[in-house]
Parts: sequence; C-alpha cells; structure tokens
Amino acid sequence: MKISTDEVEKMAHLARLEIDPSQKEKMAEQLSHILQYIDKLKDVDVQGVKLSSGAAFMQNVLREDELAVSPGPDVTLANAPQRDGDFYTVPRVVK
Amino acid sequence: MEYHELTIGSAQKHLIDRKISSVELTNAFLERIETYDDDIGAFITVDKELALEQAKKADMDIAGNNLSVLTGVPIALKDLLCTKGMRTTCASKILDNFVPQYDGTVVSKLKESGAVIIGKTNLDEFAMGSSTENSSCKVTKNPWNKAYVPGGSSGGSAAAVAARFCCAALGTDTGGSIRQPASHCGVVGLKPTYGRVSRFGLVSYASSLDQIGPITQTVRDAAVLLNVISGNDPMDSTSARVDVPDFTAAMGQFEKGSLKGMTAGIPKEYLSVDGIDPDVERVFKDAKKMFQDLGVEIKEISLPHTDYVVAAYYIIAPCEASSNLARFDGVKYGFRDTTCDDLMEMYKKTKSKGFGLEVQRRILIGTYALSAGYYDAYYGRASQVRTLIMEDFSKAFETCDFILSPVAPAPAFKIGENVDDPLTMYLTDIFTLSANMAGIPGISVPAGYSSKGLPIGIQMMAKRFDEMSLLRAGYGVEQTLQLDKVLPNL
Repeated sequence: MKISTDEVEKMAHLARLEIDPSQKEKMAEQLSHILQYIDKLKDVDVQGVKLSSGAAFMQNVLREDELAVSPGPDVTLANAPQRDGDFYTVPRVVK
Repeated sequence: MEYHELTIGSAQKHLIDRKISSVELTNAFLERIETYDDDIGAFITVDKELALEQAKKADMDIAGNNLSVLTGVPIALKDLLCTKGMRTTCASKILDNFVPQYDGTVVSKLKESGAVIIGKTNLDEFAMGSSTENSSCKVTKNPWNKAYVPGGSSGGSAAAVAARFCCAALGTDTGGSIRQPASHCGVVGLKPTYGRVSRFGLVSYASSLDQIGPITQTVRDAAVLLNVISGNDPMDSTSARVDVPDFTAAMGQFEKGSLKGMTAGIPKEYLSVDGIDPDVERVFKDAKKMFQDLGVEIKEISLPHTDYVVAAYYIIAPCEASSNLARFDGVKYGFRDTTCDDLMEMYKKTKSKGFGLEVQRRILIGTYALSAGYYDAYYGRASQVRTLIMEDFSKAFETCDFILSPVAPAPAFKIGENVDDPLTMYLTDIFTLSANMAGIPGISVPAGYSSKGLPIGIQMMAKRFDEMSLLRAGYGVEQTLQLDKVLPNL
C-alpha cells in the first residue's frame, strides 16, 4: 500500500497531529514502506479464523459497588496545565 | 566485598546480618551513579534524598526485626511506571512535568516489601523502540561498550543493572522490551505471562501486549521480584485470578543432569530467519549443546506463522497505541501548547510538539489501520493472524516444556546506526514479539559474548503461567556458565 502526502495529512488530522511540512514526504515514504511489508498478511488464509483481541481470560470481572473516598479536586487537578478553581480550562470552544 | 556487586539475595543477607546498612548500600549506588551515569545515561530521575529517607526507614525496620522480602534493597524503575510524588516522564516531552498522584500497583508492592526506590530509568519514548535512542531525554549507552546501544525499550533499566547502579530493576515488555535489552546488556530479563502482574499505574502503550517484569543480575533475583509483583489486582481487570507459586522454588540444588526430564523445542522456522549474526548463531548452538548436557531433550518443533508475526504485531501495537495515546491532549495533565487560542489548534500543536517522531509514526499507522474502510483489512486480519500465532504455540507446548531461541538476530548495534530506518528496526524484534502476541512468558539469560565482547543472551518461552519452567531452565544456564559473575568495565 502506497501512502500519499495527502493521506498522511488526513491521518494526521484524525489523530490531531500536525506533521511538519518538511517531514511529510519522508513520513509518507516510511509509512508506505512499513505498510508494504504488512501487506504480506494478505497471504495468510484466515477463512473462518476468529479474531483475538488479547490473551486475557475472557470473563467478566465484577466487583461490589462500594462507596469510597474521592481523592478530591486538588489531587485530580494537580497536573492541570491550566485551571480555574476546580475546573480545567481550555481555549474557548464556542465563539 | 564491593557493595555494588551485591544481588538482591546477597544484599538481603548482608543487611540482615548487619554487615552493612541500607543507607551505606544506597549511598554506594548513589555515588556510583554520580561517577558513571553522566556517561552511561541510564537514569532520567534520581532522587537522592528520597532514596536515603527510604533507606533510613529500612534500617530502622531491620533494627526492629521488622523484615520484609526486599527491606533496604535499592531498586530502579523504568520511567513508564507511576510513582506518587516522583516525576514520571515516559521519556516524552509531553509528560516532562508530570507528577503522578498515586503509585502503580507494582510500585506499591515494592514499597510494601521494603525496597528503596533509587530512581527512574530511561526508555524509548512511551516504550516505542528497540534501542533507547528514541528518548526525548537522552541516549543510554551500553555499559559493555559505550559506542553501542543498550537495546530497548527498557534500555535504562538493563544498563542500570549491568552497570550495577542498583541491585535490580523493573522494566516493561510489549514486544521484547525487557528481554532484548537484558540480552544486549548481559543481565536477566523476564517477561511474565500476560495478566500475571497488574498493569495499574503502567502508562499504556499497547494494553493487550504490555507486561511489567524484572531485570536482574541473577535468575534467583528475577524469581524474588516476580514473587513480589505478581498477583490479581482489582485495579486491573485483565490481571489474572490464578495462584502465585513461590517462584524461588524453581532454583533447586543444581547439578549436572539436573534438568533431566525437561524437553526443549527449537522452532525450525527460527533457524531460517534471514540475517542471523554468526555470533548469535554460535551462542545459540552452544546453549543447545549445554542443555543436552544438562539432560534436556531437544526437539524440533514448528511455529508455521512465524513469518507473519512482525507484520501482525506492527498493526496491532500501533492500533492500540493510537487509541491509548489519544489521552495526551494537553487538557488534564502534561505539556500544553499555549501559543494558540483555538481548541483544535491547541490539540494539534500540543501533540506534535510533545510527541517524538517514532511515536507520531506509530500513531499514524494505527490511525490509518483503524480508519473507515481499512479496519477489516488491517486490524481485523492482524487479529485473526494473532489467533493463528496463539494456536501455533498451544500446539508446540503439547510436545515441549519450553521453546529455546535467540533473543535478537544480532548483538547490540552502534548508536545511530539504525535511526532512520524504522522497518529494519522492527524486523529485529522477530524472536520476542510472539510471546506478547500469545501472552506467554519469556526469559532472557546471558549465554555468551560476540567477537567484539558484547553480551548475547538466549531466550526461553513457556506456556501461560509456567514461569517456573523458565526459571528452572534459566538457573541451569546461569549455574553452568556463571556469567552473572562477569561485570562490564565502566
């Protein structure tokens, strides 16, 4: 699979990334190279094979619904890049 | 006696016998770090005061005969494990100022066992890499030869143990990140079964593949640490509800022929992998012969889907990464770009300035593979191939107790040699990725040296929850070769 710089841009937008224009060409080339290698998966006969999402035991894990103490806003917001009292702040969304 | 040469086992003995104090031992390591780590670059954070405070407390516990398994023993942690009040960076600019408000479960367990946390070690950013060159903080050097990489992604932990900056360390392994650096640095590295150890407080890279495990000087130390960190945890629903045996029981009296009754499988597909270094081949052949002398029956087995492991892995891991790393958006913690007043711009600038290139590359691959129209062809198909890989292993373990293989196709490479070629770097993970894909345990034990004097390990993999067989076989290798007594000259 060959990836164009337009596709890199599209993926970057979906992932909320901004690829430096000087890197776009190289990134497209590297991703193409990697995805071309990954194309070998097409050679595997997967007819009727189930999907595995991991090696964990496939069972529900339940617990009692018990009250516990909340760590509180000072702990929860301790790493906030910007805050206003007990709220995170972000750039204005509605303009 | 040189303090820094103490293993967990010998340090404990000296501490209990009051031959040394934990403060003396911790100071000896701190001085060594100060002398040599500017050069090696194993640590991102060393908190002297905090370490000595813990050591003082340990000495009081020892004086009061209030002993636990690791009382007073200095341990280092990969900087991907959350430590309450101590900076945890994941070697990324995006978490440069991040101070966790809680301890990861393994960290709590170490503290409850009396360990002294001496510092946080370097890694490839978010554990994405095989050389520790993809760190936003520094490049870690191999203590055996500083022109070479220590492997990765737990390169800082492996280098710290090899350089004897601590008694032992914890690493994490998503595709070989404990076993490969352990092999390159001449130390023991154990990736436990998926679910054996709680991942709570481990910053997720690929949740279905990640596991925390020990990097140690000896196989016995790996068993001791595994005893401490294993077990079900209500905070991690994927942690297994299975009994935890005393892993040190695997180290019985060692003698010639003591592994009699065990069967080792060698996958025929591994022998035809392209580009295996002659030194690795020699060490592997010698190991095979050694196991035969120890009474192990060697059998050829088949893992038919070996050729597809790297391709399937480099879809599944980036897919999970692109989802896991979406949380670093500059809102709740970590770095935020403040140069713009638009929310979308803020997200994009934060992520692009915060993440390194390899992380961005993997996020893009994952985003692509999960996007509309491509999901079935990539993620779906890779997950089916994963099933086939798991079945290969289940079948193989019907006829053998463990699988013997090289850890990496070549010894450590020179710093800077592979940085611009991601696919070539991915292909070097061929022998280690399967254990993560199948959720089985794997161990790397030192087994020889390259012609340039760089360490080379061998890998053993066993069926799920059978770390015991790995420790037993690994102890056989260690007792025969005695390479745990050979230290690099810093």
